[in-house]
Amino acid sequence: MSLEFLLGVWFFLWALLWAVYFMLDGFDLGAATLMPFIAKNDDEKRTVYNSSGPFWDGNEVWLITAGGVTFAAFPLAYSVMFSALYAPLLLLLFALIFRAVAFEFRSKIDTPNWRKLCDIVLFLGSFVPALLLGVAFANLFMGIPIDADGVYHGNLLMLLNPYGLAGGVFFVCIFCMHGALWLRFKAEGELAERARKAAHILWYLVLSLVIAFLALTAHYTFILDNISKSPFIYSFLVLAVLALLGVRFFMVNGKSPVSAWCCSALFIVALTLFAVLGMFPNIIISSLDPAYSITVFNGASSHLTLTIMFIVVLLGVPLVICYQAWVYWVFSHKVTAKELASDHAY
Amino acid sequence: MMDVVLLSRLQFAVAVFFHFIFVPLTLGITVLLAIMETAYVKTGDEMYKRMVKFWGKLFIINFVLGIVTGITLEFQFGTNWSKYSTFVGDIFGSLLAIEATVAFFLESTFVAVWIFGWEKVSQKVHCAAIWLVAFASNISALWIILANGFMHNPVGYVMRNGRAELEDFGAVLSNPYAWGQYFHTISSSWMLAGFFVLGISAWHLLRKNEVDLFKASVKFAAPFTLVLALLVALFGHHQGNNVAVYQPAKLAAMESHWETATNAPMFALVWPDEENDKNAVEAIKIPGLLSFLAFNDFNAEVKGLNAFPEEDHPPVLATFLSFRFMVAMGGLFILLAFFAWKKREDLASNPLLCKALMYGIPLPYITIMAGWLIAELGRQPWIVYGLMRTSDAVSPVPASSVAISLLSFIVVYTALGILDIYLLIKYARKGPQPADQAEITEESEGVA
Ligand code: HDD
Ligand code: HEM
Ligand code: HEM
Repeated sequence: MSLEFLLGVWFFLWALLWAVYFMLDGFDLGAATLMPFIAKNDDEKRTVYNSSGPFWDGNEVWLITAGGVTFAAFPLAYSVMFSALYAPLLLLLFALIFRAVAFEFRSKIDTPNWRKLCDIVLFLGSFVPALLLGVAFANLFMGIPIDADGVYHGNLLMLLNPYGLAGGVFFVCIFCMHGALWLRFKAEGELAERARKAAHILWYLVLSLVIAFLALTAHYTFILDNISKSPFIYSFLVLAVLALLGVRFFMVNGKSPVSAWCCSALFIVALTLFAVLGMFPNIIISSLDPAYSITVFNGASSHLTLTIMFIVVLLGVPLVICYQAWVYWVFSHKVTAKELASDHAY
Repeated sequence: MMDVVLLSRLQFAVAVFFHFIFVPLTLGITVLLAIMETAYVKTGDEMYKRMVKFWGKLFIINFVLGIVTGITLEFQFGTNWSKYSTFVGDIFGSLLAIEATVAFFLESTFVAVWIFGWEKVSQKVHCAAIWLVAFASNISALWIILANGFMHNPVGYVMRNGRAELEDFGAVLSNPYAWGQYFHTISSSWMLAGFFVLGISAWHLLRKNEVDLFKASVKFAAPFTLVLALLVALFGHHQGNNVAVYQPAKLAAMESHWETATNAPMFALVWPDEENDKNAVEAIKIPGLLSFLAFNDFNAEVKGLNAFPEEDHPPVLATFLSFRFMVAMGGLFILLAFFAWKKREDLASNPLLCKALMYGIPLPYITIMAGWLIAELGRQPWIVYGLMRTSDAVSPVPASSVAISLLSFIVVYTALGILDIYLLIKYARKGPQPADQAEITEESEGVA
């Protein structure tokens, strides 16, 4: 395999791993963010917890893998990205720690106050990551102030610029819609109905935000100029829009909540690919001087490492997808009262 | 004012030590659970099922914190050691990524099948799930230790483009230093899990709770623990030989050995005097023993610390004391495991032994920490032995950021640690679900 080809493939794989992570963890982060607004009593709250029960950890491993693969394929990008985003990244990790603890320990101590505390923690531990991922990615699209040595000249507040915040809001809304569709499918009765209503409202919000965010992206970033050099990337945007329309179609006709959720999953993947591929060949864009940007050409691992890792991913990831799909199938049933009564439920 | 290097080292130590409080139990107890559940599948005896569920509950409480603390570690190389990550990422990063792809997915997916799947999948598939979790955990340990082993004994690389690039993947995978670490770490972790099961069983047996169930647990755990206690010492000795060959300065620090000598003796009583590069106390000489332990040859030459420039000395006192402590504990564990094995039919008739097993639960934990302290402190001042110094490895982040994050780590982790220990004790004392009640929940679950 030529180096050129490998670098292209690796950039695509890198984008794909983030896309899959957003698609999977997106629904459990979103469902938990919605929980305070749509779950009215303890049983409904526990339904929200248990709807993600067997999945959240497996989903989170996609984040670890996305991080690990960044390290393996683009070590320079890994070290610059995470040391530059030091504070938001640690905030994100602490939030995920708290979320996991709320999941696992809520039903292990039987007092109302403890449960209340866990519910707040679960909400914060899900909302904050959704927001921060949006802020971080918007800033990456726009470029961050790194110098020739990859040293970051900025601070946490600089990340909270209008475009970054818009990215945060956008991610939160997308994840909430994705989570609402998941609950529509996993829950029963009133909770499912409230989830449907929430998804309905969120759908309009997401649609308007897609338009707004594209406009902002054209204004604040070079991504669209970059894409005009390889216009086929627009097909991902078309796919995303079609998938979003699909969400609406299956939600209104109401017969197939699974299809609505799948469309929303496709929407997330296509949109992420569109935006991240639009950065090619940049992985981290320097806002100080384009010459300082870290690209697949100056930031990648050696030919040998890229080849070995390519083989590992080619063999490993399809296998992972197979057994994770099997687990989704095994646990695809609705969360029922009987389920909540068993001793292993959250 | 502390500098970034020191703060980052402290933060890494806090994060990795905390992770390693939870890891060893997971590594070992999943294996014991798999054996117990296999016994259930084979015999159909409901007692085994309640046994698996009881130990399984404790495993899960422990498991969560292992996971969440691992995630912060995965990113810490980028946040705090960015120069290091750029320098060795070509090799080190790929080992970490392979660990996630081949092990973490397997582990996290099948642990969910195991926790939530009692009524959803067949008993055989359920049992296969815990075997897969045990396998995946122990495989994940292999990849991370191969990565760590590269830091101790870098192999299979060339210096190119100002960094260490991969040249021979086979050499990285067959790094003898890493394999030595792996077997020693795994055996000590499995042994720790064995003592955990023995200690809690002893507590219940003394109180005559669920005597049959805990007697059966002891019968699983006692031989397991004894064999592993012996293996820990064996692999530890082997690893000592590796250290002597690949990191002579560390060996000298572990023994507080200053002057290069052939037929080097060992002293039963030693106290180092680092200021003056000698020992303040040396008494009860055993001739040739150090040479023999390090190289299996009474006449071998053992390098002393004074053969190395002062700036390449690791901290002696802490390394030396940790090593003495670890070895002493290794002996104690063999004795304790032997008596537990001998009395395995009727532990409760020997309250003293029961108490020793109960109160001894923290000891393997502390010893494992001491072991890592030797490994990591003894490697200093190098982050990659002989290639890169720790002080050149840190990220260009302000000291204040690291100070704040270090403080957050300490506060959050302390709170989580207390919560976890509280829950472990609570559920360990509560004991298994009574047999009649277990049937009732089963009926209400409607066994699919
Ligand atoms: C229950 C835990 C436990 C026990 C009883 C022992 N060890 Fe150990 N030791 C560890 C847990 C450990 C560890 C945590 O697993 C370490 C840290 C790094 C490693 O490879 O293993 C370690 C490191 C370690 C090292 C340094 C390796 C390095 O620098 O990489 C040596 C030479 C030994 N051990 C030798 C021994 C000997 C001779 C023992 C005699 C009985 C012994 N250990 C008992
Ligand atoms: C500094 C190096 C390390 C890093 C970056 C790291 C990373 C991680 C991560 C990200 C997880 C969570 C996986 C999940 O979500 O399922 C994890 C869990 C785990 N790690 Fe580590 N780890 C390190 C050191 C170690 C070592 C030295 C061992 C064993 C010898 C080990 C064994 C495990 C095991 C068994 C788990 C499963 C969960 C548990 O701990 O109970 N790790 N680690
Ligand atoms: C899990 C058990 C481990 C423990 C308890 C442990 C302990 C420590 C301690 C105490 C330090 C600080 C030493 C000092 O600088 O004074 C350290 C440093 C470090 N260790 Fe480990 N370590 C472990 C495993 C690992 C693994 C598996 C890796 C890599 C895969 C690793 C990589 C590092 C790095 C990058 C540093 C920072 C640089 C340094 O000070 O050497 N450690 N470790």
